Amino acid sequence: MPKDVAIIGVGQSAFVRSYGGSIRELAFEAFREAMKDAGISAVDVGASIICSAPEYDKQRSPAGLIAEYLGLNPQPTFMVESVCSSSTTGIRLGYSLIKSGLHDLVVVLGFQKMSEISSADSQERMGRGADIMWEAPFGTMMPAYYAMHAQAHFARYGSTEKDLALIRVKSSKYGVLNDKAVYRKEVDLEQVLSASAVAVPLKRFDCCANADGASCIIMAGAGKAKEISKKPVWILGLGSATASMTLTGRGSLTGLNCARLAAQQAYEMAGLKPGDIDVAEVHDCFTIAELMAYEDLGFAEPGRGMDLIREGQTYIGGKIPVNVDGGLLSKGHPIGATGGSQVRTVVLQLRGEAGAIQVPGAEIGLVHNIGGVGVYGNVIILGR
Amino acid sequence: MGFEKFGRISFTSQTKVSEFVDYLEQGELRATRCRCCEKVFFPPRADCASCLGGDMEWVGFNGCGTLVSFTVVNYAPTGFEGDVPYTLALADFNGIKVFGRLSSKLSMNEIKVGMKVKIDVITLPGGQITYQFNAA
Ligand SMILES: [Zn+2]
Repeated sequence: MPKDVAIIGVGQSAFVRSYGGSIRELAFEAFREAMKDAGISAVDVGASIICSAPEYDKQRSPAGLIAEYLGLNPQPTFMVESVCSSSTTGIRLGYSLIKSGLHDLVVVLGFQKMSEISSADSQERMGRGADIMWEAPFGTMMPAYYAMHAQAHFARYGSTEKDLALIRVKSSKYGVLNDKAVYRKEVDLEQVLSASAVAVPLKRFDCCANADGASCIIMAGAGKAKEISKKPVWILGLGSATASMTLTGRGSLTGLNCARLAAQQAYEMAGLKPGDIDVAEVHDCFTIAELMAYEDLGFAEPGRGMDLIREGQTYIGGKIPVNVDGGLLSKGHPIGATGGSQVRTVVLQLRGEAGAIQVPGAEIGLVHNIGGVGVYGNVIILGR
Repeated sequence: MGFEKFGRISFTSQTKVSEFVDYLEQGELRATRCRCCEKVFFPPRADCASCLGGDMEWVGFNGCGTLVSFTVVNYAPTGFEGDVPYTLALADFNGIKVFGRLSSKLSMNEIKVGMKVKIDVITLPGGQITYQFNAA
């Protein structure tokens, strides 16, 4: 298992419907928490990577602005984007900057202030995250694409709307315990199943909420990490893959091939298998996305993901606890900040600092972060 | 020019495959095929990523397709609100997949994954041209 690059600091703002400040101030909330967590100051930072989906930003080229506000001039900074997986793409790049020897300490800052634009505009812009020549002219949106994956999974494997609802019930149970989540009410099976349809079969509670938020992950090379951190969490495996933007280029709609490939790469790099994972954060932008992740990550055989949620195996105490911080469904999904928030949760779990949602004795954790509807897939395996 | 006529709202006007719209106006949905390596592309492409060739011909679709999946949407992005509810779908025509809408005339209990579908070319109010799936 490689132990060349560690995460030495994590931070996250509260995820909220509408943040009462500017993007620089939102970013600073996560940055301040991560820097204090790492116990370092700005002079220790070699470079910053700013992660955001720029269609939400009124500010052009936000990396320069954010780096200035964080006090990270004159160090290099740049922005990366892979929509909803931007900040795990940032972590992949941070890993390579450190492994290359160019820098020994890198800040990865993800943010999104989705409330900068109206909800309808936001849906329209996300719709144009699909192929604008061949699919957007039909009136596409994210919920519709995931709904088509759900219909395909139902038809092929016999999973049901109730299986998806069980995933939201789990999410809401843990969302209540997360004081940084946007949605902190418990919902029961009946509420989830009787809510109005957004894109059949996905209903209101099958969909995550837009949110404003920021996350910050501080990474260091082995020497630096051991020198300044008492509790480094190591990046053991990284995987990243893509699939066609058009659905017409996909093999099947019952899973996400980019996630399967990214998981294979990450398991291989870490020398681990699905059964070795003690806790996982998966990209549940919709309930069906979590169901597919169970299978794409190898926690269940293809077509058998629903058994895990039916048997309660993805709760704390089950075979593989998944999204015990409430996931995107309860936390909210501030696009550029989401992956960093997932990584933060797993880092706290592996340090034994996760409080009410601690998975006892967790040593190995996994993050699955997807951009677009399976266009970009990142998987990261972390260990103590 | 020409491609801005495609679909409910087109976001693209200039493309080397705008003849696609000319074929639609003749009532035909066409794909492109690389003259060099014979790979068929839908959506149509001007360039072949398999052999790097750029010499394409237009080919038609034969027979009927199978519905791979679908969804009825109750919310729409800006500019599409007047159409809701509508049904988005993916269909497979002997290995060539096509994304589009299902005919609004089909009732919900008629629509099933695996059903046979055919393609109708339709003109929308305002003169935009597109295609939709219908029961075969
Ligand atoms: Zn070719």
